[in-house]
Amino acid sequence: MKSYYLTIVLAPLIAAIVAGLFGRQIGRAGAHTVTILGVGLSTVLSGYVLYQMLANGAPAENLSIYTWGIADGLRMEIGFLVDRLSALMMVVVTFVSLMVHIYTIGYMHDDPGYQRFFSYISLFTFAMLMLVMSNNFLQLFFGWEAVGLVSYLLIGFWFKKETAVFANLKAFLVNRVGDFGFLLGIAGIVLFTNSLDYAEVFAQREAIAGETISVFGGTPWNAMTVICILLFIGAMGKSAQAPLHVWLPDSMEGPTPISALIHAATMVTAGIFMVARMSPLYELSVTALGVVIVIGAITAFFMGLLGIVQNDIKRVVAYSTLSQLGYMTVALGASAYSAAIFHLMTHAFFKALLFLAAGSVIIAMHHEQDIRKMGGIRKYMPITYWTSLIGSLALIGFPATSGFFSKDYIIEAVHASNWHSGTTMGEQATYWIAYLSVLLGVFVTALYSFRMFFLVFHGEERMDAETKSHLHETPWVVTVPLILLAIPSAIIGWFTVEPVLFGGFFGDAIVVSESRDVMSRLGEDWHGQVGMLLHAFKTPVMYLALAGVAAAWYLYLKRPDIPAAIKEKASGFYNVLDRKYYFDDLWIKGFAGGGRRLGDFLADKGDRVLIDGVIVNGTANTVGKLAGIMRQLQTGYLYTYAFAMIIGLTALLGWLIWLK
Amino acid sequence: MEFPAHLLSVLIWLPIAGGIVALVIGDDGDVASSKAGLMRVTTLLTSLLTLAISIFLYTGFDKTTADMQFVERIPWVEALQAYYYLGVDGISAPLILLTTFITPFVVIAGWDTIKTRPAQYFAAFLILEGLMVGVFAALDGLLFYVFWEFMLVPMFLIIGVWGGERRIYATLKFFLYTFLGSVLMLVAFIYLYLQTGSYDLLGWMDAPLTMTAQKLIFIAFLLAFAVKVPMWPVHTWLPDAHVEAPTGGSVILAAIMLKMGGYGFIRLSLPIVPDASGYFSSLMIGLSLIAVVYIGFVALMQKDMKKLIAYSSIAHMGFVTLGFFLPWHISGSSGAALGISGGMVQMISHGLISGAMFLCVGVLYDRVHSRQIADYGGVANTMPTFAAFAVLFAMANAGLPGTSGFVGEFMVIIASFKANFWIAFFAATTLILGAAYTLWMVKRVYYGEVANDNVAKLEDLSRREFLVLAVLAIAVLLLGVWPAPLIDMMNASIDQLVERIAEPKLLQAGL
Repeated sequence: MKSYYLTIVLAPLIAAIVAGLFGRQIGRAGAHTVTILGVGLSTVLSGYVLYQMLANGAPAENLSIYTWGIADGLRMEIGFLVDRLSALMMVVVTFVSLMVHIYTIGYMHDDPGYQRFFSYISLFTFAMLMLVMSNNFLQLFFGWEAVGLVSYLLIGFWFKKETAVFANLKAFLVNRVGDFGFLLGIAGIVLFTNSLDYAEVFAQREAIAGETISVFGGTPWNAMTVICILLFIGAMGKSAQAPLHVWLPDSMEGPTPISALIHAATMVTAGIFMVARMSPLYELSVTALGVVIVIGAITAFFMGLLGIVQNDIKRVVAYSTLSQLGYMTVALGASAYSAAIFHLMTHAFFKALLFLAAGSVIIAMHHEQDIRKMGGIRKYMPITYWTSLIGSLALIGFPATSGFFSKDYIIEAVHASNWHSGTTMGEQATYWIAYLSVLLGVFVTALYSFRMFFLVFHGEERMDAETKSHLHETPWVVTVPLILLAIPSAIIGWFTVEPVLFGGFFGDAIVVSESRDVMSRLGEDWHGQVGMLLHAFKTPVMYLALAGVAAAWYLYLKRPDIPAAIKEKASGFYNVLDRKYYFDDLWIKGFAGGGRRLGDFLADKGDRVLIDGVIVNGTANTVGKLAGIMRQLQTGYLYTYAFAMIIGLTALLGWLIWLK
Repeated sequence: MEFPAHLLSVLIWLPIAGGIVALVIGDDGDVASSKAGLMRVTTLLTSLLTLAISIFLYTGFDKTTADMQFVERIPWVEALQAYYYLGVDGISAPLILLTTFITPFVVIAGWDTIKTRPAQYFAAFLILEGLMVGVFAALDGLLFYVFWEFMLVPMFLIIGVWGGERRIYATLKFFLYTFLGSVLMLVAFIYLYLQTGSYDLLGWMDAPLTMTAQKLIFIAFLLAFAVKVPMWPVHTWLPDAHVEAPTGGSVILAAIMLKMGGYGFIRLSLPIVPDASGYFSSLMIGLSLIAVVYIGFVALMQKDMKKLIAYSSIAHMGFVTLGFFLPWHISGSSGAALGISGGMVQMISHGLISGAMFLCVGVLYDRVHSRQIADYGGVANTMPTFAAFAVLFAMANAGLPGTSGFVGEFMVIIASFKANFWIAFFAATTLILGAAYTLWMVKRVYYGEVANDNVAKLEDLSRREFLVLAVLAIAVLLLGVWPAPLIDMMNASIDQLVERIAEPKLLQAGL
């Protein structure tokens, strides 16, 4: 199988290199052909790998490709760990990537950077595959940073736009804050295990959990807690968890296909994947899991609220992504790793669909993104309309759609988790924060999703006459990916919920300690999909979702004066939402501004005034003055100098000999 | 005797001879003259031939031993027991290869941009190359010192003659700083000679020395090497020197001459005065972290591209000194060699990346005659190929995995976590600061709309420029994807060094 794995990884890389370096020679058609063939090959082979595992019970494989370097007994290797977790991720990544490649032919049709774009998205696919297929922390970090690099390049793809190149710098730097923690976490792992290899590290996990680190003063911290929190800081950057979420909404400056691929379906889920991959470690630190669930809960609820006040079609979807990533993080914190990965998968399909549908609308609207200038598009774009509806229903967890199964089980998992049965105040507080957030989040999700849906597709047509006259359905390269993504968005949950959540699908890839194994507890009550549908009528979740849709319909179609009035009356609250809880100000004015001021201060007062001014030039001036006195001694005769030198050297050597 | 005979001597004297030949050929005071053409071809061929011969240093190198290889030893100044004594191990060989690899780029980069006194210019670089190889190859203290001091002369001339407006101030600062530092090194050498009766560097490593003597020697070495690296707070000569130096001068200065400081620490300070190195290691780590954090912030606010890269160099060299002085703070069985290896890899990598970044500034300077960031904007519109290279090198400078810039930093950060959480914490801030100052510059120079007429008129890379940047890009990527050949080359020597410093001299000598 080794050659299959290598082909899966290298095909997109080679395609990216060909399209990137020889784009001019092979032309536009050449560029999209070669990259689609490359990613297509990866998709087929990834599907084959997963099929072999499911149908024929092929075992997980852990193999080394080459030795990157060995220093001081630390083996740094490149290798693959292909188990069911990575195989599932490979299929999701390559499939969504392939859809986005095809879609891009239509979306970027008139762009002068066509070949460059295809090169980047293929390169991204390579980097993401390296990340999910890694069997060690070094390669994980490589993939982690490489997807960050491509994200940087793609957000700033239209590099003439000031907003785009601001957004990509912001994205890279905020991610680097996360990576800072991530790298320290990896260093912590090496400290205790002297290994970067997953298998070796997991084998020594009990030993790590028995160690302590002094971080602040003399207080010893559990080593596993410190390591897991540090690693999670990395996940917070990549998966945009508060307060490191600020880069994701701005990343919408990039072309829409990459918003779907990178900033919805794949790269932003890397953090979720990483924590699931590290489940053997996280299971040994309840404190770290508590941090995870609280951060996730805050993100899930509060970022969802922001979606309600956004008017840019892509930004609404972006805040929705933040909120859904929060749901996945909550699942991780509840030790329901399989539920997190399940939601990751369904979300990849329906969120990619929603972004591509938004892109389809944007094309038809001639790159207008303000939903206040849309409306009634339904009749012009039927395919986009129906696929968007499917995506939105899946997003709000409408019964029987894929999102229904995945989101419901996150909420159920929180409810049945050890946090709920915990007896301490802290555990109870954690539980209620998490549970209320994911529960109320359902209403919020439905509200912002259908607010957008109604404003775009229903109601009066608010666009100008010029735009309206050109409104029509987008070409097949755009609509076919929409349809191909709508199918799994609608049905994949139905077919996969049982094996993925309760069938021991992930095998040894995900380790949950028996006492915390909430999913197997839920599995005891599993009575099939139909049973779950019926059960849904007895829980508040479905009613909250329906209430959200109804509220959206009433507020934005029936009585649009009400939201305006609310905005007027509660301007204080509205402002907080509009300014995104002032997080951007904290980062941009606080940290970035503070950093620049500190830099100025150090450069001016430190280097220029203190070191150069006082010490260096001050010394030089003193020497100059002394030299003025010494000048009296200068006679201008060569022998005087020679004599002085000889005396000096003799004295020096004499001193040295005396020392000896 | 190994093939080819006297390899190290060839690598030292071939470029120096080539430089003298270039001076003899001359340029008739006219860049376009046929003599100038012949002179340039001679220079280029000499540097390429030196590079080609240095390949034997790699192929013939025995990675399994920590002993000196390619040794040459003949009496030199018999009265002083000084020998013409050359040899390399896994620490010096990679640095010699770096030197022979970088020099041809400098020759090519200056090909038709140097209009005044081209013969002297090219000769200076060739002679400098030979002297720098000499420093790395010398195993005799006196010989080392001679190469070390003579090396200043060509660089002094390069900045002083072909430099910018404030070149006199810059050269004076550069010369005084480095010269004052190295004079103290000479005093320490003389003391060691008197103690041991020879100038044998390897012999000095085994010489018993009292703690007081070790401390004094360490301080003397520190002043010489800290200035070269440069370490905070003796770093302010570097930005001035870089700003005034011509492109080639900046490249050699950043890529190789700064490494002299790091090399001095690892070749002399650590093995000769290990107890004092341990005694001062906390100070050294503190200064290294100041270089990473303080200088990182200072770099952020630079308005001149060359100054920014100069400060970035100081911050990156902080990882070198950090890695070298970690061993005394690591209690476990492993980690000491990891830090030192990381520091060494960082030196090689920084040589490639800083060289490439200065060449990139040179490409812009040749066209617009400005180094100010504010004079640019939207360069990617008119020079897309060049912008691609610039972004690649910027990413390498920010330590992106897959480029050489990551390897050393990764190893040093991991080793520093083994020493102390907070050392690792401050070292790892480079992930944020390095990315911030490098990519902010990229944003302001390369991205955005075309900022002015100068940028609008820019032409993309010439074939000559493309070749130079492409070869460096390949080297940076190759070393990032597969650093094993480099790390393997150093392992045996570094293990031996770690063993040496793990057993305090004082105990061994019963002092």
